[in-house]
Amino acid sequence: MSHIDRRSFLTLAGGTVFATALGYPMISFGTGKRVVIIGGGIGGATAAKYIRMADPSIEVTLVEPKKTYHTCFLSNEILGGNRDFKTIAFGYEGLKKRGVNVMHEIAIDIDATAKTVTLKGGKKLGYDACIVSPGISFKWDAIEGYDANVAKTLPHAWHAGPQTVLLRDQVRAMPDGGNVIIVAPPNPFRCPPGPYERASQIAWYLKNNKPKSKIFILDNKKKFSKQKLFQAGWQRHYGFNTDHSMIEWISGDAGGKVTRVDAKAMIAEAGVDFKGSVINVIPPQQAGRIAFAGDLVDKKGWCPVKQNTFESTRHSDIYVVGDASVAAPLPKSGYAANSEAKVCAAAVVAKLNGQSAPVPSYVNTCYSLITPNDGMSVAMVYRFDKQKGKVIKVKGSGGLTSDKASAEMRKREVSYAHSWFMNITRDTFF
Amino acid sequence: MKNRHLWLYFLFMSGSVLIGTVPILLQAAETPTASMLANSCAGCHGTNGSSVGPASPTIAGISNDYFIETMQAYKKGTRPATIMTRIAKGYTDEEIKLMAGFFSKQKFIRYEQNFDPAKARAGKKLHKKYCDKCHEDAGRSAEDDAGILAGQWAPYLRYSMDDFNSGNREMEKKMKKKMDILKKKEGDEGVEQLIHFYSSQK
Ligand SMILES: Cc1cc2nc3c(=O)[nH]c(=O)nc-3n(C[C@H](O)[C@H](O)[C@H](O)COP(=O)(O)OP(=O)(O)OC[C@H]3O[C@@H](n4cnc5c(N)ncnc54)[C@H](O)[C@@H]3O)c2cc1C
Ligand code: HEC
Ligand code: HEC
Repeated sequence: MSHIDRRSFLTLAGGTVFATALGYPMISFGTGKRVVIIGGGIGGATAAKYIRMADPSIEVTLVEPKKTYHTCFLSNEILGGNRDFKTIAFGYEGLKKRGVNVMHEIAIDIDATAKTVTLKGGKKLGYDACIVSPGISFKWDAIEGYDANVAKTLPHAWHAGPQTVLLRDQVRAMPDGGNVIIVAPPNPFRCPPGPYERASQIAWYLKNNKPKSKIFILDNKKKFSKQKLFQAGWQRHYGFNTDHSMIEWISGDAGGKVTRVDAKAMIAEAGVDFKGSVINVIPPQQAGRIAFAGDLVDKKGWCPVKQNTFESTRHSDIYVVGDASVAAPLPKSGYAANSEAKVCAAAVVAKLNGQSAPVPSYVNTCYSLITPNDGMSVAMVYRFDKQKGKVIKVKGSGGLTSDKASAEMRKREVSYAHSWFMNITRDTFF
Repeated sequence: MKNRHLWLYFLFMSGSVLIGTVPILLQAAETPTASMLANSCAGCHGTNGSSVGPASPTIAGISNDYFIETMQAYKKGTRPATIMTRIAKGYTDEEIKLMAGFFSKQKFIRYEQNFDPAKARAGKKLHKKYCDKCHEDAGRSAEDDAGILAGQWAPYLRYSMDDFNSGNREMEKKMKKKMDILKKKEGDEGVEQLIHFYSSQK
């Protein structure tokens, strides 16, 4: 107990007695307050910060292999030539200043009975609560001819970083008049409007640099997020619905379902063969691999949780937030991961202090940028329905940017999207 | 240390425990705590309501009444917004009051902004003449229930002034009077100078 200073000692003592009064067993000193977080992305980093803010007597260890995290959000702007790659990089100094113990390691196993996390280096970390936010992994066997190796030449760019740069450079190097193929994934997947924002941003670059080129979105689905607003935006800027539309969207029904890619011949096979100068395959997705090792996933490959605390329904004292969890109607977005992590942090702090879980509240917002001056958003407020045991949308709240929004308002949305980026990254990493 | 622990234990056991359990009983109601609600705004307005910009407004330190009025106006749709009209509709009157309590107690953190010193100097004079009566202490005060202007993000102030001047956002009668005189005498340049003055303050 030597590492506990007097102030936190008092909190601890208060919490202990509180717990006793409610019929919980006494918590012994020195243990009972260790949290291990797997994944230092949006969900994990936010949880680490908010736990330390609420109760500095809790020991928080964050396990994350990368020293620099690149946000996926706004990485599409890099493809459009509207953002510098450096601006999406974040380190862990801010969290260290808050007393978070950051370990640049990979977690390979979670033992729910012994309550330990095993690291690749061999070390085992004991925990009282473990929060898992590993994001997504790809189903490499879903599209013939596409795997982790092929992704080195045909980027997915659905984990930001070197993949983003690769895709940007390929679009820059392609000839005017070439095709960019975007293979969009089936539901559910990370960032539902993401592939369509990507098409918009690449179209912006092509319009200004290679105007004879075209983008084909080959989609598994019949419809997509913010479809009407995207298509109206494409109509305003990229000739959508005309003979020389820069963007073509081909739905699953209309022959957009890709079954095979040929990296040598640069062909995506759907109803017919599509030849591309650049092929961006966004594969079908599932929870990050550690969720499988830790036995946290359901049959579909995502992690079911109690949606008021994000505690796994499969193993107690393990919590899953962010894209890996089953949090619908909350989407797999950065805003949602940040919001879920705060609800989870509050629940974990309460639990470790012997209190019951607080009543949650959640928000999601996703901005999508069609040009540097034309943006739109979706927003929603959510609460927890006790009877249903589920997150529900608050009736009457949220929704999309109005299709009647003026050009001035759509321009403001771009500057507010940039503000959102600045504030959410600050709220997560500092 | 050990004795101290025991001492505290008895202190809590003998009386305070009952008081200690009250918040838990109240929490059984369906309304989240103020911080639970407010935390979900931080993604756009910054941790505890201080925005790091470049455009979305800081709401830390905002007056209790102005916050409630503003959220109610967004809820009803009487104040123009890109997104707040959609968000405000997700909260009950009680939740809005709770958040008002939370944000009005936070410190407004001012970040450095680009501004033109000459314009800021001119703006300072205009502020004294036309605006300080209701935006006291050079626009730093929240006490007039009129929004803190000093250190607010310039693009947000510009959007607000555009909305006032286009008639999209209703202006308090006396403010409109002052604004009309300002516009007549100093033109759009005067408005710009005021914005530079507010964004120059740290
Ligand atoms: C192109 C694109 C655009 C997007 N745009 C938006 C947007 O505009 N708005 C929005 O809200 N969202 C957007 N998103 C979605 C957003 O990026 C994700 O929803 C968010 O990052 C999810 O957070 P997370 O914590 O679940 O996962 P991540 O942020 O991916 O973090 C997971 C972390 O876990 C680490 N990790 C994985 N496995 C292990 C392990 N075994 N041990 C240790 N660490 C591990 C990884 O290294 C990673 O750092 C976009 C996504 C994409 C791809
Ligand atoms: C997606 C980003 C976003 C989220 C989330 C958000 N806001 Fe806002 N807020 C804005 C923007 C942008 C404005 C400027 C008005 C507009 O265009 O909507 C604003 C304006 C405001 C204002 C007016 C400030 C003033 O000085 O008059 C208040 C008050 C406010 N928001 C409160 C909140 C509260 C409380 C929450 C959480 C429940 C919240 N906001 C969540 C983006 C957001
Ligand atoms: C008679 C009092 C009064 C005077 C004088 C006045 N204001 Fe205001 N101002 C208000 C009130 C009240 C509000 C809040 C209005 C609302 O509820 O939307 C306000 C709001 C504002 C806002 C919006 C703040 C926000 O956060 O959205 C700006 C900007 C502003 N005033 C600028 C000015 C300027 C510039 C002047 C001088 C030219 C001025 N005001 C003079 C009373 C005044």
